[in-house]
Amino acid sequence: MNEHWTLFKRNLQNFWGDFRGNRMGLIGAFLVLTALIAAVFAPSLSRYSPSEVIRDENGRGLTFAPPSVHAPLGTDDAGRDVWTQLIYGARISMTVGFLAGFIAMFVGSLFGITAGYFGGWVDNLLMRTTDVLLVIPDLPLMIVLVATLRQMQLKISPLTVLILVIGLLYWTSTARLIRSQVLTIKERQFVARARAIGAGHFHIIRKHILPQIMPLIVANTVLIISTAILVESGLAFLGLGDPTQPSWGTMLNFAFSRNAVTNGAWWFYLPPGLAIVWISLGCVLLGNVLEEMLNPRLTGHNLEDERHMVSIPAPGASSD
Amino acid sequence: MTETPLLSIRHLDVNFIMPDGQTARALEDVSFDVSPGQTIGLVGESGCGKTTTLMSIMRLLPSNGRITGGQVFYNGLDMLTFSERQMRDYRWKEMSIIFQGAMNALNPVMKVGDQVGEAILLHNLMDQSQANRRVDELLELVGIPKSRRDQYPHQYSGGMRQRAMIAMALACAPSLLFADEPTTALDVMIQAQVLELLKEIQQKLGLAIVLVTHDLGVVAEVCDSVVVMYGGKVAEYGNADQIYNQPQHPYTQRLLESFPDLNRTVDQGAGSDQTLASIPGTPPRLTELPAGCRFEPRCHLRIERCSQEAPKLIDVSAITAGKGHFAACHLCQGPEAAF
Repeated sequence: MNEHWTLFKRNLQNFWGDFRGNRMGLIGAFLVLTALIAAVFAPSLSRYSPSEVIRDENGRGLTFAPPSVHAPLGTDDAGRDVWTQLIYGARISMTVGFLAGFIAMFVGSLFGITAGYFGGWVDNLLMRTTDVLLVIPDLPLMIVLVATLRQMQLKISPLTVLILVIGLLYWTSTARLIRSQVLTIKERQFVARARAIGAGHFHIIRKHILPQIMPLIVANTVLIISTAILVESGLAFLGLGDPTQPSWGTMLNFAFSRNAVTNGAWWFYLPPGLAIVWISLGCVLLGNVLEEMLNPRLTGHNLEDERHMVSIPAPGASSD
Repeated sequence: MTETPLLSIRHLDVNFIMPDGQTARALEDVSFDVSPGQTIGLVGESGCGKTTTLMSIMRLLPSNGRITGGQVFYNGLDMLTFSERQMRDYRWKEMSIIFQGAMNALNPVMKVGDQVGEAILLHNLMDQSQANRRVDELLELVGIPKSRRDQYPHQYSGGMRQRAMIAMALACAPSLLFADEPTTALDVMIQAQVLELLKEIQQKLGLAIVLVTHDLGVVAEVCDSVVVMYGGKVAEYGNADQIYNQPQHPYTQRLLESFPDLNRTVDQGAGSDQTLASIPGTPPRLTELPAGCRFEPRCHLRIERCSQEAPKLIDVSAITAGKGHFAACHLCQGPEAAF
């Protein structure tokens, strides 16, 4: 157990050593981490609650007040603090993004592995399903789905509806990517060897195929999360979010419908927009760098890289 | 061949359905026996069905391969009638295989020790700690230091990988070991080491080995009996002595001539030609087999009958003063083989 822990620590250190040298990855990690911290520690980062109206000395709400000491990012049409809404909105946006991303990753991996590994009619069935989902324009389909599910008065919260709809529609690219990778891995000889030792399908998938595509899954998940956040913002902007739990998209929707633009209240619509850019840029950078680092085929051979060459000191040389 | 064979293959036919719908007759009427503790060599050119024979016995043919006839008896039971579940139980516990090209047969992201022990845990033969001990023993048996069990295949040299493959093949103590060109892609020194190791292990554990190779030198060194295959059929089958000293099939004769022999070439006089013989032509395409003998287009001794009628396996034991020697050639005289 202890041994495993040291090994794990060493792997982690190696990983961090590689990661540190990559500026894009560091920027991505910084963007994602700051957003996460803001979301987690939202209550301690603001004096107000998101629905609290800031009032002046006369007790009148400060509507469309520009940024000031009281409200660092100004107030909205009802006199609520934009900064507070922004960091609480991060919670909603990121919850939806992460959960939908994980669902998409899970469904995509399941479909991709099953289709690629078993082939034949299973492959055909699953991939044709994927194709159908791919050719239907996402946005109209999602609008229809979310609206219909709302109408049905199911006892699930609007956010859950969003998470499920995004998660269950955005797995197609993951499925195709993973299928293609599984197709090449299952033809490798060590899979034939695993069959020869008497292994069943489950064992082969778990022990021999999954470890090889895990890097791909991890990198892809980060990218899918950014897509999910963007899609959620889009849907929320169109009014399909949960007005009681405003996300960044909902904030944009409010800003738009309450004439923030014509009132010149840039502090109402710019921050949520920039926040969306912030987190998706972070995810994309992080995802690309992870893919590059974890996918051995995108990196050069170890020995081609001078940093990995071991120089052996001459026998007479003093060692330090 | 008087004792009951461990494995006996009878009239095995295997077809491959090619993507263009043609049928390739990969194996036709292949029969031979493997006795316990015996080493048998399968030799022939590339594509003559050596590996296909092994994979058919293990029932691990690619999805377009079909076993269309014959029996494979293992301890008297016909394995071709087994269900997939029964077959999985037999794989590795009863028979294991050393694959051609060890680098490809090892999972690059799994520790070598774990891969060696994988089969033990898979068949629930031991618990984790016993399996660990067994892996240490196996690695020691093939001469890999215990300290390297937690390394990955790319950290091993070619010879060590091949030895790790052998350790893996021995994991569940099988009675029958298939070695599919275990020495290809290794340099001559390591080849010798690996063969030496195989011999040593066979003596220690009393395994039967089926050695697939195209290297007749290797066969001469380690095999008790030899099956010479050509174009998916058995051309000649006998013990090593018979095959080397009294080959009856023209293909075997030419094959032996095309290998350098340190004892032969020196004093053959000025008249003999000093270059090594080769067999002109290429093996037949399995989708367009000749009507008669498959070797006929390349045979230097062909007679008219060869292009019309496929020769049956003839028992030539009477000629070579022994028993169990068979050749499939019209030029051979003798009773038809009673397989």
